[in-house]
Amino acid sequence: MDFLRPTTWADALSAKAEHPDAMPIAGGTDLMVGLNFGQPPPPALLDLTAVGELAGWDRDDGTIRIGAGVTYSQIIAELARECPALAVASRTVGSPQIRNRATVAGNLGTASPAGDAHPPLLATGALVEASSVRGTRVIDIDDFFLGVKRNALAPDELIRAVRVPVAAGPQQFAKIGTRNAMVIAVCTVAVALDPVRRSVGTGIGSAAPTPRRAVEAEALAAANLPWSSGGALAEDLARDFGNRVAAAASPIDDVRGTAAYRRHSLAVLARRALQWTWAEMTGGPR
Amino acid sequence: MRVELIVNGTERFADDVWPGESLLFTLRERLGLPGTKNACEQGECGSCTVLLDGLPVCACLVAAPQAAGRDVVTVEGLAVEDQLDPVQEAFVETGAVQCGFCTPGLVVMVADLIRRTPTANDAEVREALAGNLCRCTGYEKILDAVRLAAARVAS
Repeated sequence: MDFLRPTTWADALSAKAEHPDAMPIAGGTDLMVGLNFGQPPPPALLDLTAVGELAGWDRDDGTIRIGAGVTYSQIIAELARECPALAVASRTVGSPQIRNRATVAGNLGTASPAGDAHPPLLATGALVEASSVRGTRVIDIDDFFLGVKRNALAPDELIRAVRVPVAAGPQQFAKIGTRNAMVIAVCTVAVALDPVRRSVGTGIGSAAPTPRRAVEAEALAAANLPWSSGGALAEDLARDFGNRVAAAASPIDDVRGTAAYRRHSLAVLARRALQWTWAEMTGGPR
Repeated sequence: MRVELIVNGTERFADDVWPGESLLFTLRERLGLPGTKNACEQGECGSCTVLLDGLPVCACLVAAPQAAGRDVVTVEGLAVEDQLDPVQEAFVETGAVQCGFCTPGLVVMVADLIRRTPTANDAEVREALAGNLCRCTGYEKILDAVRLAAARVAS
């Protein structure tokens, strides 16, 4: 197995073009588990941790551009205000040791239906910047996930960054697991309110072959939340919202939980997440 | 391939490294540093915690060549000659050791925690140690050790 270690982004793209079957590695928190347990190694590893350009994030107008090398620890420490749902999700990833290495771009590369970063990215309308020697394209997060651990990247492409809109309103993320650390989610829900556009974003994880939005739930909430009055969120609306989020899922029975439990908990988490965000926005009781 | 890195302040190299092998394997099997423990090999248990460029990470999840040119501190690097690190002393004094297998990872993690947040409260300590498992379940004594070490470092 070859080990490719470019030190510039241009060299990384050249290396990926020459070796399209090379497996990118950043934090290694997913890939190394497979190698340690004897899974067939890829023909080459393409180490991106020496590419300095990937390490930081920057702000451009209303968008945070998170470099592919930015770790969950950095997001928690530096972006909790700008990207609240992503920051909450980041706090639930693995353990401190894992969060010091793992990246959102790595989550996207793996494209697991259980990736913790995915629901917040869906709820906030994030964009994935994919680059190759042919150029850079921007992939809408809605078009990124194609199937279980399959994404829209071409063989010669690498993720350069993720663009996340600066939060326009309160956001939340909720996750079910057997403990508060080191769990692969049984299911997850992210909710993002945008009081300017009067819209509601959602994302659900571990609930379908890919992470996905609950579009009908978004429409229901956007049309019926008392945006003008800022009044209390009706119990019925919160419950209907939760039920529509659950209806958007296509869960399976597996070692972590049953489909029925996932549907039930999605409805509960989504109802609560909407209540939390609405209370935060209007100053009402949680 | 050859991997050159800095381990506990000393320039070291390892030859014949397979590019997909973990930093944990390289430290234990090629550099003669068995203090870092190998248990789960999937990042779940924290027994292999080392500091990589000053940050605690699971050595089992770092590909060894990724550590080239980087600074690695293992549990062997905490004591200064015969003088134990305050965290090691606190673990001894409070009896925060049962079978001892999780101890090196915990000691490295606690040393990092106390350096960053010497005033960490119990909730913060639990959060910081969430990635270190003790299969003997000796967590109460471990928390005692953290409190003792933190108090000494703070005073």
